[in-house]
Amino acid sequence: MKERISSPVRRVDAYEKAGGYARYIADIPFDHLLYGKLVRTSIQRGRITGIALPDLPEGYRFISEGDIPPGGVNQINMITSDWPVFTTGEVRFCGQTIGLLVGPDRQVLHELHKAVAVTYDIEEGSSTIEEGLACRGGAFVGEDNIYVEHRLKKGDPDAAFSQADRIIEDVIETGFQEHVYMEPQGITVEYSNGQLVFHASCQCPFYIRKAVAPSVAMNLEDIIVHQVTTGGAFGGKEHFPDIIASALAVAAVAIQQPIQVVFERREDISYTPKRHPSQIIFRTALDRNNRIIAMDVDARINAGAYQSCSAVVLQRTMFSANSVYDLPNVSIRGRAVATNTVPSDAFRGFGAPQGIFAAEMHMSHVARLVGEEESEFKRRCFLKQGGRTVTNGTIHEQVLLEQMWQDISLESGYYEKLKSNPSGSFRGIGVSYYLHGGGFTGNGEQALIDSHVRLKGMKDGRVELLLSTVEMGQGLATTYRKIVASALGIDISRTIFLDPSTNRVPDSGPTVASRSIMVVGRLLQRAALQLKTCWDGTREETVEIGYEHPPWVEWNQETLQGDAYPAYSWGICVTEVEVDRASFEVETKGVWTIHEVGRAIDEQIVHGQVNGGVIQALGYASLEKLELKEGRFYQNTLADYMIPTSLDFPPVYSKLVENPYEYGPFGAKGLGELVFDGAAASFAAAVQHAIGRPVGRIPVTPEYIMELMSDE
Amino acid sequence: MNEIHCRINGTDYTFSFPGERRLLDVLREDLQLTAAKEGCGEGECGACSVLKDRRVVNSCMIPVAAVEGCEIMTLEGFRQTPEGRCIVEAFSDSGAVQCGFCTPGMVMAAASLLFENPDPSEVQIRTALSGNLCRCTGYDMIVQGVRLAAERGRGLW
Repeated sequence: MKERISSPVRRVDAYEKAGGYARYIADIPFDHLLYGKLVRTSIQRGRITGIALPDLPEGYRFISEGDIPPGGVNQINMITSDWPVFTTGEVRFCGQTIGLLVGPDRQVLHELHKAVAVTYDIEEGSSTIEEGLACRGGAFVGEDNIYVEHRLKKGDPDAAFSQADRIIEDVIETGFQEHVYMEPQGITVEYSNGQLVFHASCQCPFYIRKAVAPSVAMNLEDIIVHQVTTGGAFGGKEHFPDIIASALAVAAVAIQQPIQVVFERREDISYTPKRHPSQIIFRTALDRNNRIIAMDVDARINAGAYQSCSAVVLQRTMFSANSVYDLPNVSIRGRAVATNTVPSDAFRGFGAPQGIFAAEMHMSHVARLVGEEESEFKRRCFLKQGGRTVTNGTIHEQVLLEQMWQDISLESGYYEKLKSNPSGSFRGIGVSYYLHGGGFTGNGEQALIDSHVRLKGMKDGRVELLLSTVEMGQGLATTYRKIVASALGIDISRTIFLDPSTNRVPDSGPTVASRSIMVVGRLLQRAALQLKTCWDGTREETVEIGYEHPPWVEWNQETLQGDAYPAYSWGICVTEVEVDRASFEVETKGVWTIHEVGRAIDEQIVHGQVNGGVIQALGYASLEKLELKEGRFYQNTLADYMIPTSLDFPPVYSKLVENPYEYGPFGAKGLGELVFDGAAASFAAAVQHAIGRPVGRIPVTPEYIMELMSDE
Repeated sequence: MNEIHCRINGTDYTFSFPGERRLLDVLREDLQLTAAKEGCGEGECGACSVLKDRRVVNSCMIPVAAVEGCEIMTLEGFRQTPEGRCIVEAFSDSGAVQCGFCTPGMVMAAASLLFENPDPSEVQIRTALSGNLCRCTGYDMIVQGVRLAAERGRGLW
């Protein structure tokens, strides 16, 4: 019998990593290596009035705006180009790059760094969404501190509201979250023969190339980016490596020696981007039978001091703001708000976790207010095949949520536990339902990325995979090789996947948006099937394949109308908690999940993603808190910004159901972000049930529970 | 300046540099033993874990003066031993490895546990790993990796 593709194989990178052979950027030696340390702004907002440097010993340099070569611009070319390489006058947040100290000895650099004195005219800044909207200290983006605003409308919400029997208002909030990839940010750059060569811990090698080119006025072909073994990323190494690389590019051209920047953990927590905090305001109209007839949503996300990818994150938040529910009349307003904080950026889920948390909590609040059981109330509104999304697109696939619920409610003992632990009994069980659209929004794959992959069949019967989406811990090297091996009908040992370099591989796009398997894996499958027709394993043959858009997906990027995503992955998470009556500490007693991701390419890898994503989300829901004072995070170490340890949560029950997707490789859809999207809401719902009061924000800390318990 | 004597991965070393240098830096920079990683530099994450006289320690928190007369084992040495091979294979088979940055430290923490307790319960495993942070796996498969190493390595520990 033919082996199922989903049957697990040992990960191709497991042994070299477990044995300590894998080399991360800080492990790779370079001759004559210099080190770089970023000099940063130390105020939230204002203007730099002077920079006083200590006497620099021989061999040490301070690189700043004046070192940008002729023709270069002081701009980083990201989705927009508002973020400067080096700050000169205007200070928008605490931690902006002013310059880069470079030299051979890290201890000396550390001392020099402490001796740099920057003076400022300090202005009042904004930290929170409310402060940003109120233009505290004056607007610094446009007239109103709004980077981007969108509106969506489904049905006729105005008419429905006018007929409402009852209107329920609600505010749901989420906080910052730090990625805490275990390997801090790090890049080494070399410059020789007119070429810049980066070795980077990163998700998107081609992004770095594009980002730095204008600052050094170089052709893209003369900038080469090698991705090296990357110790976790979660979105945190999507755009931020561009920031480090831009400063390094200018320094390397000026100094012409290899230079390495590797962050210390404090620096990484203090100054790298975070998940967008959100504030989502609901008004929901009910008829006299307590059925939802309309919902009005006002979603605001804290985008921070530069735009980065916030416009796209905002779209995901809005598109997720009805979670898995098909409501008849909906209006959604979304705004990405500028504040004087570290720019918020990509983080696993990319805006969807905020939208889904808000929608799930709000739906549970409405259920409680009308006296219905939450799961029953929510299930009545489930999207179904042919159902309509908030962008007036269609759900093309069969939706298995109801069947998944029958399964997981039994497995978790949901209904019995609900009965035996009434609301307010300090023991609770909660559920969340969620979905994640795979790939770029709408026609982004077609219009923005146009990805290509190449397969090179060799004389010795092996095949090399050439593409730019990276292994960063999620198992892509293994899944890609499995896809190609299975499609060609050869053993996985005859496939080769090396960490990509931009001068060797075609651009298959960034490693983001749950696209790596569903979209890029599909390209590999198609390329392998084509190679199979023209290669016999005894000579060289190369096949290159480009993206083909599923013909039924219709999207208008101007109006944000149509099918926002070609296909969705689906999940349910049940969490059971016990709350201590005295300390309000929460103990998680059980976590049960069920996911539909089309088909698993490797079940062990998928279960590993589920476990990791769920625990990361439970950290977001309960432990991980960042507080700002004058634009600076109070928490800047792993002692005060706590992520889950092996003792904080019980094992996660994980089950998969199959529902193959025609346009995914072997039926696979997106996975990596879906598994983060739902656990926070199920945890908060469980606490809410345990304490008998509505929970409206995360993290749900003992202090917050105490606050809720003292509100009478 | 006093000399510091210790044994690292079975080889005797005499160091004559300042004793306050961190063991992690001596391993990574002087000896090019880079399996131990710097994840936080403050003893919170465990990525720099090595064995000091068969007990796991954070090498970023230990001045080299504190290893006078001690036996240090890093993953480079440990992976050559039957016990080391057993854990590395068990982690590889159980899905314990994702990005891999925490893994060398996890292997050393697992070794320290199994040397002391060859048949640990799940709670004992979770407790022993609690000084080592992992952001990818959610820990379940690492716990299974330690269980698998305990079972496969009966008689080794």
